[in-house]
Amino acid sequence: MVNLVMATPERTVVERAERAIEPTSTSTAEPTMPLTFQVKNLSVWYGEKRAIDDVTLDIASNAVTAIIGPSGCGKSTFLRCLNRMHELVPKTHVDGTVLLQGDDLYSHSVDPAMVRRRVGMVFQKSNPFPTMSIGENVVIGLRLNGVRNQKFLNERLEKSLRMAALWDEVKDDLHKPGTSLSGGQQQRLCIARALAVEPEVILMDEPCSALDPIATAKIEELIHELKAQYTIVTVTHNMQQAGRVSDYTAFFYLGRLIEFGPTTKIFTNPSQRQTEDYITGRFG
Amino acid sequence: MDLGRTDNHTWRKIKSALASTIAFVSALLVIAPLGLVFFHLLANGASSVNWDFFTKLPKPVGVVGGGMANAIMGSLELLGLASVIGIPVGVLGGVYLAEYGSARVNSLLRFVADVLNGVPSITWGVVVYGLVVLRFKGFSAYAGGLALGLIMVPLIIRTTEEVILLVPNGYREAALALGVSRWKTIVHIVMKTASKGIITGILLALARVGGETAPLLFTAFGNRFWNHNLSEPIAALPLQIFTYAISPYDDWHRQAWAGALVLVTGIFCVNVVVRILTRGRTASLV
Repeated sequence: MVNLVMATPERTVVERAERAIEPTSTSTAEPTMPLTFQVKNLSVWYGEKRAIDDVTLDIASNAVTAIIGPSGCGKSTFLRCLNRMHELVPKTHVDGTVLLQGDDLYSHSVDPAMVRRRVGMVFQKSNPFPTMSIGENVVIGLRLNGVRNQKFLNERLEKSLRMAALWDEVKDDLHKPGTSLSGGQQQRLCIARALAVEPEVILMDEPCSALDPIATAKIEELIHELKAQYTIVTVTHNMQQAGRVSDYTAFFYLGRLIEFGPTTKIFTNPSQRQTEDYITGRFG
Repeated sequence: MDLGRTDNHTWRKIKSALASTIAFVSALLVIAPLGLVFFHLLANGASSVNWDFFTKLPKPVGVVGGGMANAIMGSLELLGLASVIGIPVGVLGGVYLAEYGSARVNSLLRFVADVLNGVPSITWGVVVYGLVVLRFKGFSAYAGGLALGLIMVPLIIRTTEEVILLVPNGYREAALALGVSRWKTIVHIVMKTASKGIITGILLALARVGGETAPLLFTAFGNRFWNHNLSEPIAALPLQIFTYAISPYDDWHRQAWAGALVLVTGIFCVNVVVRILTRGRTASLV
């Protein structure tokens, strides 16, 4: 456990140094990089209130993109537009396009459930299903999507828990209730649950804001490992966290995208005054 | 200043003692009827509750013995028929109120359900009499079950809605984010999480209609023999108690007491089960 905590900042320092050497000055992800999401002129209204105002943004594959900004700036709304979860709020209206690997998420023929199967989500408050055991929690997504093969479910159960770095801690307690785990373990269980349906993208809505520093370090470590296979978009209030885990950072303010670029650039040499003010803690 | 304070203090103590005494007496007044009813039923009915009571048909006037087996069975059959109507309609209605429906439609439905909950139960008997008994030219178990089922619907709608609204939104979001459809999310996640509360509501509704007499007067009608056909009149425990209690025969009175004791004990048991189910309710929901 001590090693793990120590390892995170070290690795981050090395990675940041590597990134700093790369000549990265474009304001969007490099066009040559494979893109997972292409968001074009996205605007979102809650009733009369415009929560997102004309955002255009490309999200690179197999990278971590952090969305930062003060409360109410629309970062959570933006995240939820990427898997159409914002539609659960009545009277929302969306303008613009969101392409996932070239597929228009908002095309009329698209079923939101299919979008969410490709774009998983982890929430601020860990929410394992209280009526289910640890094991049932992990495979419930597959079960409810019609998978019956028990051997397949067991394999996927172990694989997902291993990927979420939880297997060794719970392998003997799979029948215990999911809610019997600690806060950090519950959050990793939720990550395992999201991984089990094998999405292409994982959205994280302030995944660590309710966790202590040690549990937070574990989740951050996990995010590092997961990006080899998944595209990750995370919303965070914690600037240090954005600096540690992300490759790209988008700064939102009052529903607008103020600045987007490689995290090193945003944090060391932002081109917008507002970004600098926010990052240096002058407001927010 | 000091003097005044002591005076005040004494007066306050008296007021406090007075208030708690009144509260205690009120509490006793609330519990007393339950105790009295039980005591009275035991005193008058216990001697007639025996094996025959549960296994034998009623005997003709003047013949000692006999039981209410057909009425007990009839009550269970009527509750079964009522459940067939009341549970699905009530639970699905509650789900609709909690999960679907616009705010305006919902407040209207809620208002209607509350009004229906306040409708005197004999009204349901008359309604079913007009709609079913007259049309099909006969009293029947179906008509009785329908009347009881209609009473159950608004009760179950409201309790189901309440417990489904208690399920935190995070669970719905978690399931939907896995690509699970809305309907499956509601059935497998939301209703499963709220299942104890839903069952509690159903049991309470069953306990409530299990003791209803008035809606059965014009529908199930009662029957002194076994019912072999649900489109014929059927006996029910509350009906049998009513018939026996208003009769002039001492022997029937004793049977009525015994019937009332069995009915109250049954409903009491259902309530105990409800208490056991709801004990961990807050813990399981939050």
